[in-house]
Amino acid sequence: MPVGLLVTCMNDALFPDTGRAVVTLLRRLGVDVDFPAAQTCCGQPMVNTGYLDEAVPLLRRHLEAFAGYEAVVVPSGSCAGSVRHQHRMVAERSGDPGLVRAVEEAPPVYELSEYLVDVLGVVDVGAYFPHRVTYHPTCHSLRMLGVGDRPTRLLEAVRGLRLVELPEATECCGFGGTFAVKNSETSIAMGADKARHVRESGAEVLVAGDNSCLTHIGGLLSRERSGVRVMHLAEVLASTEPVIEQPPREADRRSAGSAALTGGAR
Amino acid sequence: MSATFLGTPAFPTAARTALADTQLRRNLAHATGTIRAKRAAVVGEVDEWERLRLAGAALKDRTLRHLDTYLAQLEESLTRAGATVHWARDAAEANRIVVDVARRHGTDEVVKVKSMATQEIGLNEALEAAGIHAWETDLAELIVQLGDDLPSHILVPAIHRNRSEVREIFLREMGRYGKAAPRDLTDTPAELAAAARAHLREKFLRAKVAVSGANFAVAETGTLAVVESEGNGRMCLTLPEVLVSVVGIEKLVPTWADLDVFLQLLPRSSTGERMNPYTSMWTGVTPGDGPQEVHVVLLDNGRTDVLADEVGRQALRCIRCSACLNVCPVYERTGGHSYGSVYPGPIGAILTPMLRGVGHDTQLDSLPYASSLCGACFEVCPVRIDIPEVLVHLRTKVVDAHRGEPKVQNLAMKAASWAFADARRTAAAERISGAVGKVLRGTKRRAPGGRGVLGALPGPAAAWSDARDVPVPAQESFRAWWARTDGGRTEQQNGNGGAK
Repeated sequence: MPVGLLVTCMNDALFPDTGRAVVTLLRRLGVDVDFPAAQTCCGQPMVNTGYLDEAVPLLRRHLEAFAGYEAVVVPSGSCAGSVRHQHRMVAERSGDPGLVRAVEEAPPVYELSEYLVDVLGVVDVGAYFPHRVTYHPTCHSLRMLGVGDRPTRLLEAVRGLRLVELPEATECCGFGGTFAVKNSETSIAMGADKARHVRESGAEVLVAGDNSCLTHIGGLLSRERSGVRVMHLAEVLASTEPVIEQPPREADRRSAGSAALTGGAR
Repeated sequence: MSATFLGTPAFPTAARTALADTQLRRNLAHATGTIRAKRAAVVGEVDEWERLRLAGAALKDRTLRHLDTYLAQLEESLTRAGATVHWARDAAEANRIVVDVARRHGTDEVVKVKSMATQEIGLNEALEAAGIHAWETDLAELIVQLGDDLPSHILVPAIHRNRSEVREIFLREMGRYGKAAPRDLTDTPAELAAAARAHLREKFLRAKVAVSGANFAVAETGTLAVVESEGNGRMCLTLPEVLVSVVGIEKLVPTWADLDVFLQLLPRSSTGERMNPYTSMWTGVTPGDGPQEVHVVLLDNGRTDVLADEVGRQALRCIRCSACLNVCPVYERTGGHSYGSVYPGPIGAILTPMLRGVGHDTQLDSLPYASSLCGACFEVCPVRIDIPEVLVHLRTKVVDAHRGEPKVQNLAMKAASWAFADARRTAAAERISGAVGKVLRGTKRRAPGGRGVLGALPGPAAAWSDARDVPVPAQESFRAWWARTDGGRTEQQNGNGGAK
């Protein structure tokens, strides 16, 4: 039975490369991954802003889309947290006991690093990424899901990758969904400190498991012309060593030539 | 001396002022950082911390479930021990009771132990209106009071001040209300403390009536407890003839033994100490020792409304330790005053709107949104109040109170809900964003890594883009890519329509 990829609405429209990286990575690890096309959005933006009624049709869509899958994998700690901790509340709000039941019977949802480490039991995913990287543990993956050191263990096993420490790593970056615009000045003040810590780390690439937080931190880093890139964990883990076709060495050419000559002489 | 939170604008506006206050930012970052580290160190020493938290939460929950029984028991125990029990439905009733006691004793001043409950009801202002001076004796409260300022933290109300500011306030104000500060006062902590000590000593020795709150009230024995660091509380609780304590009805614990859990949880969470320097406990009147007339005002002031809220009632477990403030990244940058409430920070953002009612005041309704929902508060809360859960719950109440109004946010959420209710609509919306992506694919600005980005945008997009670059939308959504390539199976090795 295939696992269902919950790509998330944000990745779908803005960061399709992350979704494709998850597909590449999981296939490389022998997982049959499917994208249920009926999926839209888990409803988190509505729930966290207080719009529970508006989240109900999204929950129905989500449950229908993923019914029957063995498991759901999502490259976002925040969306995984929403499915795990908020869907029941939305179902209860609908007043529909069938929807509450459907939430209870829904397949388990795993954030990407959880799926790799806990379900597949792999830490070395065969990736190659020769860069200096720092990792920001996003709040929902850290505190709602408790992914712990899974992402950093995955990163440490990537060949060529040098993982450097992020100062004040566990402090929120200030994204917070609609908080980023409703309280934009506070959000930016928090993000400015996060961006400063990223630069202090000396990393070339900032990696996290949520593109939402990365859009915020990356937007600041880019505005500052910091020269630090942001990347989703999935994209780093999907990277492999390029197959380089090396020009044959002089000696090889000679021996190849002589072989040809020899062949020709035959 | 009558500063008030009345008229504080909604959080985003109030925060703007605070964010631009360099001194405040510096003081707060330093102070919260220090307390955070101290707390983490002493909590880390306790192997069974998680079990203590669970016990604290369970004890409070049980008490709240049977609050009616325990309150009646407390009244009986207190009365038996010689205390007079008063019941106050709201701030006005509580203030009247305290003013009446002070008047009966013909005094024009009371000394006060730091108390959140009396701040909540505006007791000092009520006393002042009745011609009675209320002298705050906690060092930080004294700083706030002398500076005609407002508290900005539950534990350290003058956290927004540094010592040079404190020195100036002492030099300028102390003489107006009692013993003046020495003219050669410097800003060394020891000298500042000595000036406060001399100023306050005069008041301790003179006052006939003291007013306090209580950290805990034990139903079984009628014992009240105050936990503090400076000894000013001990002075107030033992020297005057009359003691009036204003106690929120959620401060109850059933038995003496229950204090065991809370006296471990509170100091470590609050000041980052293994044990606080002074723990004062008194049970009614002890003949010949301490105050000979003891009053206890049991205060509701919205608490039963909070209790009626199935999700929100967990806020009544709060023991006012302020650990949530110290770890909150929003509080650290905006300070306490931005919350426009006696209870600032994460706990204030849920408690204040619940005590005063949601859906009728823009300032109050802005508080549940003053959080990125990062969850650091829940992680440190000694009684496991799931503050993010309550914040989201209150946001729902705010939204529900304004349903049907033609607000931009209402319309936007309705539109998003419609678009996400059906994958075909979502795909259509993504085709539009893809078209925008195509138009903008040649944008000159590039983020590190090469993705096209936009700079500052006009209109409502400015809230995001003033400081943050905006990624150009992908030309092809993931959904469209999956459909076109059969999930990547038919894709050429180098051919793709991706976002890069």
